[in-house]
Amino acid sequence: MENQTFILTKKLSTITFVMIAIGLLTLGASYFAGVGLDRIAANLLLNTYYFLAIGLIGLFIVAVHTIAESGWHTSIQRIGEAMSTFIPVAGLLLLILFVSGGLHLIYDWTHKDHLDEILLKKVAYLNEPFFYIRFLVYFIIWISLAYFIRKNSKQLDQFGDLKYFRKLRIFSAIFVVTLALTSVTSAWDWLMSIDAHWFSTLYGWYVFSSMLASGTAVLIIILFMLKQMGYMDHVNHEHIHDLGKYLFGFSIFWAYLWFSQYMLIWYANIPEETIYFYERHKNFSTIFYVNLILNFIVPFLALMTRNSKRGSLILLPVALIVFIGHWLDLYQLIMPGAVGGENAGIGLPEIGITIGYAGLFLLVVFRSLTKAPLVPKNHPFFKESFEYHTQY
Amino acid sequence: MNKYITAYYMDEEDLMKGLRQMKAKGLKISDVLTPFPVHGIDKVLEIPRSRLTRVGFIAGAVGAAVAFGFQAWVFTIDYPLNFGGKPFFSVPSFIPVTFELTVLFAAFAMVIAFLITNKLSPGAKPLIHDERCTDDRFLVVVKVDDDSSDESISQIKLALAEAGAEGILLKA
Repeated sequence: MENQTFILTKKLSTITFVMIAIGLLTLGASYFAGVGLDRIAANLLLNTYYFLAIGLIGLFIVAVHTIAESGWHTSIQRIGEAMSTFIPVAGLLLLILFVSGGLHLIYDWTHKDHLDEILLKKVAYLNEPFFYIRFLVYFIIWISLAYFIRKNSKQLDQFGDLKYFRKLRIFSAIFVVTLALTSVTSAWDWLMSIDAHWFSTLYGWYVFSSMLASGTAVLIIILFMLKQMGYMDHVNHEHIHDLGKYLFGFSIFWAYLWFSQYMLIWYANIPEETIYFYERHKNFSTIFYVNLILNFIVPFLALMTRNSKRGSLILLPVALIVFIGHWLDLYQLIMPGAVGGENAGIGLPEIGITIGYAGLFLLVVFRSLTKAPLVPKNHPFFKESFEYHTQY
Repeated sequence: MNKYITAYYMDEEDLMKGLRQMKAKGLKISDVLTPFPVHGIDKVLEIPRSRLTRVGFIAGAVGAAVAFGFQAWVFTIDYPLNFGGKPFFSVPSFIPVTFELTVLFAAFAMVIAFLITNKLSPGAKPLIHDERCTDDRFLVVVKVDDDSSDESISQIKLALAEAGAEGILLKA
């Protein structure tokens, strides 16, 4: 039988620590080399939010499949649970960033003395105390539900009692409903309020669709990493096929929402709305088009045939491309407003800090994977997961 | 005239067991008619993958090209109209129609291709191999050549009986 429990080898943890060190070094170097503080703060926000979103989607995928009582997902449930352990880490990092002055560097609406007429009307929502209250509410909900879902899943595996599965279902349902609300409002708080004068009613869903695609991509990448290391032999082509379908579908969903937002603003041509895309066309035109190619055209064409979704040959490169693509998508959401066209760029600070965050994320996920057996033997859908077979 | 032998099973698992036995003996099964989809039956029968998806892809690509090309021609050459000061050739405004026609072409082409390959059309005479398969039986159909000898037919019948099939009949 295959390896039941994940062991974090010395080599692997060294690699993640080296990645974290690279991140910390570039952070320090860019501070002393005179890179603008706003650019550093925006970078930290970008990466914290990106990996927080990936952690949330890991838990979201577990929750959705638990409610739907889907069998096949049982085989990969541990990965999603492990991804969710990054949520508290991201919460702590985000809190440190905001409290240590990042809030004033990134968000214009925090400068109380310089508010214009439009921002004054929004003070009821965009003010610092309420901002921090919402921040705490989000993270209390997310962290506690992630904790309860992981705990019940572990107990279900230990004792095999169905009552834990019923509990798991209730917590999952609560999480799905609350994430539907909190993902939208947190996207307003942390991303849309960077350009506080502008608003879009579709924004929250747009960000959520981006989260879905990147979270699925990271789930696929971690799965292939584990398979490479000799774990997860029980996950076969059929399970990988379904994950590939998710990546394909969510990429199309993202493109659909991207276009829905863009076309309405383009057609109506109201200056207060078009300024958002005008800025991105003018100073970030490469990223504007590369974003569409990486996140829609590549996965759409590459994952269209059945065979490309059933193995690592095409699915893994596409997942990596989508992972980079949605990082760029988030980049063009944050940077034009927080840093501006003249000072922003993709250079050493961006790449180094992202490597640091990726190392931290992998370290947290791998550590969490060691704590529970990779194969949930006593899960009620365990056998069904093995028997699974999919036609299209 | 095509001749064929029919036999039925009462249960899904008996059917799968029987099919594997027949396959091991080298009996060529033409078709199996079941009241509901049976898991893994396509692997046992070695049914090749459907080519319907290729029809969908080609028709969808044609639909996209037709819709985009037609709009581009109409709005730039044939009848240029000024909509809200937009340029005559403006891609974002073509996308919704292009998307719709892609879906429409692909959907219609796949349905029509499905009907043609399965010889289904409104008013087509239904081909019922055996009345019993219209209810709850799992029917196995083995086609026989017109000029095959009685001996080979009885061999097939024997193989079916050995595999646990019931109600074996030769039909023309």
